[in-house]
Amino acid sequence: MNFMLPNFAPAYPEIFLLVMVCGVLMADLAWGDKKPGTAYLLAQLALFGCMLITFGTLQPDTIHTFSGMFVDDTLADILKMLVYITVSVVLVYSRTYISDRGILSGEFFSLALFATLGMMVMISASHFMTLYLGLELLSLSLYAMVALRRDSAGATEAAIKFFVLGALASGFLLYGMSMIYGATGSLDIGSVTKAIEGGVISRGVLVVGLVFIVAGISFKLSAAPFHMWAPDVYEGASSAVVLFVGSAPKLAAFGFVMRLLVEGLGAMSGDWQGMLIILAITSMVIGNIAAIAQSNIKRMLAYSTISHMGFMLLGLIGANENGYSAAMFYVVVYVLMTMGTFGIIMLLSRAGFEADKLDDYKGLNRRNPWYAFIMLLLMFSMAGIPPTVGIYAKLSVLQAVLNAGYTWLAVLAVLLSLIGVFYYLRIVKLMYFDEPETDAVIAPKGDVRVLLSANGLAILAFGIFPQSLIALCTYAIQHST
Amino acid sequence: MLFGFPLLSLVIWLPILAGVAVLATGGDRNAPLARMIALVGSVAGFLVAIPLYTSFDPLTSTMQFVENHVWIERFNVHYHLGVDGIAMPLILLNAFTTPLVVIAGWEVITRRVSQYMGAFLIMSGIVNGVFSSLDAILFYVFWEASLIPMFLIIGVWGGPNRVYAAIKFFLYTLLGSLLMLVAFIYLYQVSEGSFSILEYHKLPLSMASQILIFIAFLLAFAVKVPMWPVHTWLPDAHVEAPTGGSVVLAAILLKMGGYGFLRFSLPILPDASHQLAGMMIALSLIAVVYIGLVALVQADMKKLIAYSSVAHMGFVTLGFFLFNNYGLEGAMVQMVSHGFISAAMFLCIGVMYDRLHSRQIADYGGVAHRMPVFAAFFMLFAMANSGLPGTSGFVGEFMVIMASMKVNFWYAFLAATTLITGAAYTLWMYKRVIFGAVVHPAVEEMKDIGAREILVLTVLAVAVLGMGLYPLPLTEVMHTTVDDLLAHVARSKLQ
Repeated sequence: MNFMLPNFAPAYPEIFLLVMVCGVLMADLAWGDKKPGTAYLLAQLALFGCMLITFGTLQPDTIHTFSGMFVDDTLADILKMLVYITVSVVLVYSRTYISDRGILSGEFFSLALFATLGMMVMISASHFMTLYLGLELLSLSLYAMVALRRDSAGATEAAIKFFVLGALASGFLLYGMSMIYGATGSLDIGSVTKAIEGGVISRGVLVVGLVFIVAGISFKLSAAPFHMWAPDVYEGASSAVVLFVGSAPKLAAFGFVMRLLVEGLGAMSGDWQGMLIILAITSMVIGNIAAIAQSNIKRMLAYSTISHMGFMLLGLIGANENGYSAAMFYVVVYVLMTMGTFGIIMLLSRAGFEADKLDDYKGLNRRNPWYAFIMLLLMFSMAGIPPTVGIYAKLSVLQAVLNAGYTWLAVLAVLLSLIGVFYYLRIVKLMYFDEPETDAVIAPKGDVRVLLSANGLAILAFGIFPQSLIALCTYAIQHST
Repeated sequence: MLFGFPLLSLVIWLPILAGVAVLATGGDRNAPLARMIALVGSVAGFLVAIPLYTSFDPLTSTMQFVENHVWIERFNVHYHLGVDGIAMPLILLNAFTTPLVVIAGWEVITRRVSQYMGAFLIMSGIVNGVFSSLDAILFYVFWEASLIPMFLIIGVWGGPNRVYAAIKFFLYTLLGSLLMLVAFIYLYQVSEGSFSILEYHKLPLSMASQILIFIAFLLAFAVKVPMWPVHTWLPDAHVEAPTGGSVVLAAILLKMGGYGFLRFSLPILPDASHQLAGMMIALSLIAVVYIGLVALVQADMKKLIAYSSVAHMGFVTLGFFLFNNYGLEGAMVQMVSHGFISAAMFLCIGVMYDRLHSRQIADYGGVAHRMPVFAAFFMLFAMANSGLPGTSGFVGEFMVIMASMKVNFWYAFLAATTLITGAAYTLWMYKRVIFGAVVHPAVEEMKDIGAREILVLTVLAVAVLGMGLYPLPLTEVMHTTVDDLLAHVARSKLQ
């Protein structure tokens, strides 16, 4: 038997990142006490390096390697680039916040990078085992990040809830995968597809497996009724961690859904469409209605995430390229909005003060009209009001839904999103109509100021010229499926 | 005709850019500068709109000043602008109102001046966009975007109950327009990938889908007009809004609903429009008769004028669904005239409110003794509001009543009751506020209007009288468009 050296080239970014994470840990051990910024700089450098490598190895073909367990295609490249950018921006926003709270340490950054590595593996997986490995690497890093503020009871509680429920979901997923393996005799995505399309397999086993897989996915996406962890984690964990949990992993989760449901089980789309419709409706109902009752902005945003994920799932039910690119566009827009929103939340938080009550936003327009304006853009975008980019995300998904022939579903989605508008408007009301309760100065560092402004203006700019972003998502989907 | 020059884009974007410039002046230290830029911007916005009228060709109903560029390739959305005889007068009305609003708020608004002025300028540009979009998504973007400045205007500068009014205004209008968006996407599917409104005009549709789309459009436009029974947001919004907000709301934003019927419902859905005309006429007559009676018992002046707006807009929707020349043209004239009159009425109430800080009729009485010049202006506008011949209020109402007489005597009879109730609620209010002895000591202190207020009211008085005595310049530009629209609506789209 000959030992063939696999082609490492498609995995260069992952390999580089792994080396860098170890570097971050070592460097932090060596210089962490004297120069607390070292880990941060190295982490940014690692992400920048990954970006260069992915950009440098950009190619239009689909390449499989490691005996078909790993794939490098356009979708993977584009999603990974988006993940790097997102994580990098998240780290910039978080820096002051976590340094005020004494968790500006190697642990935070190495965990963040490990999570990023997990996302990259998920995005590039072409085998159920690789998918699962990536997912677990991501999840375990996230559990640890949530628990990072170990002197806080809320954070500990959130971490335990997150971990127990997350482990359960992983179990579901594995169980579902084992069913699929039992039915098809393979875990390789390509072989599974062929086996199902061959049509000799018992559907019963497959569908049972599919149910478990969809349940596992829903947990990761925080779609109702598997959403219970989200509000507690959002409320309990520190804002920097929530921003991390709520942003880049959603991109990875989208990649996960594409690999698992579309590429792997695409032949069973007739079965998972119905499940996704139910998940989408319950998510939108629970997310939008429960959000109204919240007085904690992070908890409210957790429910808002749930409803957004429900809306995103609607894009998938058409089971065609049109719908997938709509869903991808929705996720990208969602991540852009989440980054900005939590950026503002951390901006308003100071050492020893968390701006997590809705009342903390009172009179922001008096205190600082510019950031109030950015938050206004973000809220209207989340609500889907033009001229912000949010409306095109909703438009794309609704078009996909009508294209699939579900007119009633589009009307229902629109009515539920109207409920959602109310709680976004409430934030605008607090910022613009009420008088401030404090006049603490808002003075962010230069890099945060620039990035946050750019983030906010991007919402408006993409709202006026959405074509480039839509085209990117369409390109990614068309060249990979 | 100015071929190739993007005049409509200029009309849309000049006020918006001026608004951004006003916002950029920042805090209230720079308030004089903000006011100055706002005035210059709004007057310039009006001046650039004038060529739309002077270069307009009244003999054709095809779109003029057309601009067409691909905007969002993925959905075949175009930046497609153009105006016809229906849209052009409304753009002029909007461009005309904006400087008045800026001047009216000149000294009155002292808090966050740049944001106030900026919001009005940006809204002015957005509304011009609504009236000139020929692409459904472009239309929708402008339509929804106009909610944001108005929401802030009511909520930031409004009265004590402003939060409730602002959120009600926003959610109410959004409910209707979201269903309109679904209808647009449905039409996009049926037309195999087009968002062009002019394509939709030619698109054959079955009766069932026409009715469903009609209902979706109706919710959007009826809320905006507003028609009975979805009018309840309007009194709240008007009462709480600052004077400028009320003026723009009544004079401009309500017209967006009426315009929607003419641009979308009638030409895209002719069969459903005929089918449901009875219902539309009934709703309109309820608005005219019942809301007229409701206006009679109001104790709050702004609320009274708000209800009178609903009644007057009932004439507009009535005129649309009679499907004859007089009806449609009368409705258009009524829209423009109501734009002038309601603006003037709200400004007059604003003048009194600035002095006494009350809108209650009972707090006034004998104002004529202290403010004779003002009383004369207010008299003119009150007469116009009750539809006195010689004022613009008469022309539209008279045309619509004539049109309904052609269709059914009882329609005309019910519509004509407004000549009595309209006069009753307006003049009774006038009498209680202006005449009589001065009872309240605060009224003694009131000073007559100054040069700024006289300027604004004079401009409006000239417009109201001019249109009342000689409406031809307005009717002649819309004549061909209205004829062709009626011919289009008369053809069935069923196959």
